[in-house]
Amino acid sequence: MSHSHAAHDEHHDRAPSGLMRWVTTTNHKDIGTLYLSFSLLMFFVGGTMAMVIRAELFQPGLQFVDPQFFNSMTTIHALVMIFGAVMPGFVGLANWMVPMMIGAPDMALPRMNNWSFWLLPFAFILLLSTFFMPGGAPAGGWTMYAPLVMQTGDAFPFLIFAVHILGISSIMGAINIIATVFNMRAPGMTFMKLPLFVWTWIITAFLLIASMPVLAGAVTMLLTDRFFGTSFFSAAGGGDPVMYQHIFWFFGHPEVYIMILPAFGVVSAIVPTFARKPLFGYSSMVYATASIAFLSFIVWAHHMFTVGMPLAGELFFMYTTVLIAVPTGVKIFNWVATMWKGSMTFETPMLFALGFIVMFTIGGFSGLMLGVTPADFQYHDTYFVVAHFHYVLVTGAVYSIMAAVYFWLPKWTGHMYDEKLGKLHFWLSTIFVNVLFFPQHFLGLAGMPRRIPDYNVQFADWNMVSSIGGFMFGLSQLLFVYIVIRCVRGGQKATAQVWEGAHGLEWTLPSPPPYHSFTTPPVVK
Amino acid sequence: MATDDVVRRNRRTTLRLAALTLAMFAFGFVVMPPMYGAFCEITGLNGKTERISTAQAAAMTVDRSRLVTVEFVTSVASGMPWEFRPEASKVRVHPGEIAEANFYARNMLDHASVGQAVPSVAPNSAARYFQKTECFCFTRQPLAAREEKKMPVRFVVDPALPREVTTVTLSYTFFMAPETAAND
Repeated sequence: MSHSHAAHDEHHDRAPSGLMRWVTTTNHKDIGTLYLSFSLLMFFVGGTMAMVIRAELFQPGLQFVDPQFFNSMTTIHALVMIFGAVMPGFVGLANWMVPMMIGAPDMALPRMNNWSFWLLPFAFILLLSTFFMPGGAPAGGWTMYAPLVMQTGDAFPFLIFAVHILGISSIMGAINIIATVFNMRAPGMTFMKLPLFVWTWIITAFLLIASMPVLAGAVTMLLTDRFFGTSFFSAAGGGDPVMYQHIFWFFGHPEVYIMILPAFGVVSAIVPTFARKPLFGYSSMVYATASIAFLSFIVWAHHMFTVGMPLAGELFFMYTTVLIAVPTGVKIFNWVATMWKGSMTFETPMLFALGFIVMFTIGGFSGLMLGVTPADFQYHDTYFVVAHFHYVLVTGAVYSIMAAVYFWLPKWTGHMYDEKLGKLHFWLSTIFVNVLFFPQHFLGLAGMPRRIPDYNVQFADWNMVSSIGGFMFGLSQLLFVYIVIRCVRGGQKATAQVWEGAHGLEWTLPSPPPYHSFTTPPVVK
Repeated sequence: MATDDVVRRNRRTTLRLAALTLAMFAFGFVVMPPMYGAFCEITGLNGKTERISTAQAAAMTVDRSRLVTVEFVTSVASGMPWEFRPEASKVRVHPGEIAEANFYARNMLDHASVGQAVPSVAPNSAARYFQKTECFCFTRQPLAAREEKKMPVRFVVDPALPREVTTVTLSYTFFMAPETAAND
């Protein structure tokens, strides 16, 4: 990244070099780079665990790992991918892009920004160190359901504190983004002119602030139940384990939208660029995002239809869940309408965005099936659920992050990436991600439960297919790392606009942009 | 560049959002558990049963026109060395009639221990019509080494019980009372 020290007097002129530059940085671009690099690292840590899972499930019977370790793999894979890969990935994109998109010099609270990033490595050291502790790493599932999670060994308090720190980190990130957008916009940049990526991130930030503290409360109750004699979730003392599930999913459902709303923003930036048409239905996109965010707080119990709810409860949560398909459908239709009669080209970011639209919709449809209470009783805790949430998280959230990286990488580095390799990466990923996850629908419908290291031989064939897809998808991601590193090091020079159809303040800055984005605010007409 | 005005606005935004964060934590940690408890008690959702006085129970009119089967299910928490069984596995009662059932618990340990029974009624829709005037689950049950104890329950099924419910299952699980649980 280049240091272009234009006219800025009150900030440090000479940043420390070497490692200390990254430790002490308060620059939104540096911190964005840190977040994205950390996210990529965690993507491979969590991915390695997924490879262990798929290796064990390659054939029926116990091959490589013992069941306890297998359960740790599924538990930590989820926590690492959610809190380490996807969420920091989106925060990194927000750090890089939000100030440039709204015409601000930097984030509103640069020091807090530094702190919220540097909490992450420590949280994951706490979490991953549990593999070396008596009793092993947490193995009760990422949802940490009481009373099962109480059987965790010495790792238990480390798990809880890691979750606390991750929560604090993402709340600070959220506060920073809201403060930046509310107070630092360029003159004339009204709310209804904000790029959708910025809009989706404001709404995501409010979801984070409203839901992460609830998770912190739930895990704090686990902690006091275990060490301080309370009985929130212990039936022996008058508590109720089902209450944990309610509190957890009151956080958990907004959390899944925290991982997808910024993805909607990314796709809403990419599709108009490569269709060379303005986004269709801008304001309906904003209202749809806000409606999804609101609905996310009243659907939580669809994760627990089988706990024994009265009919009225089952119906309420079913109706509200299915209602989410309406604003989500608005978005899908708007993207399709944006492409309608556009002059489309299919560069790598567009391919990933189109892959997102198609495959996220597949995940959305299986989500509708799961949202229908009577059907859910069959699908609950089977591989159908696993297939569903991997379609929305891998081909949804992760694909959108990759689309965003290909889209903005020339802006960040000043170099074009290798288009041929980018397309190869897309096609390899897309073929194998479907080989990996599509058969899991069949496994789930046939009754294979999730979170098991061994299974009935009737599931053998599709598991082998799924594992082959998994290994190949994993290998394909090494290509991504190669493409990114090569692009950072050099390549064909990128213009300021980079893409022919790109519009917005970030494309008015040179590529790479100056260290402080807009030292004099641009005027938005 | 960041002017004083922007700094001031940033500080105000941060404080407001921090307050919202604390409020949501308080909502999760302080408000939700009692709210959940109250909600379950009103609706009878998780099988929590009601306690009434003997006078209230005696004041109920007995519905001789139908009989309800009350089944008893007993279990002990995993690893708890107690034996626990009902005297009879079921009784048939008229709604409004006060009935009594006996349970036996035996401490299999060579030292004293304290148990806490947790009741649950199925189906959920019957929970709020199942009233107890006396139950060993109201208090902790201390048992000496190898002691066996007979423990009565007095209950009455409210005559307002929906007619389609013909069988009510009352289950008890004995847990080690929290402070005597040795490990954990």
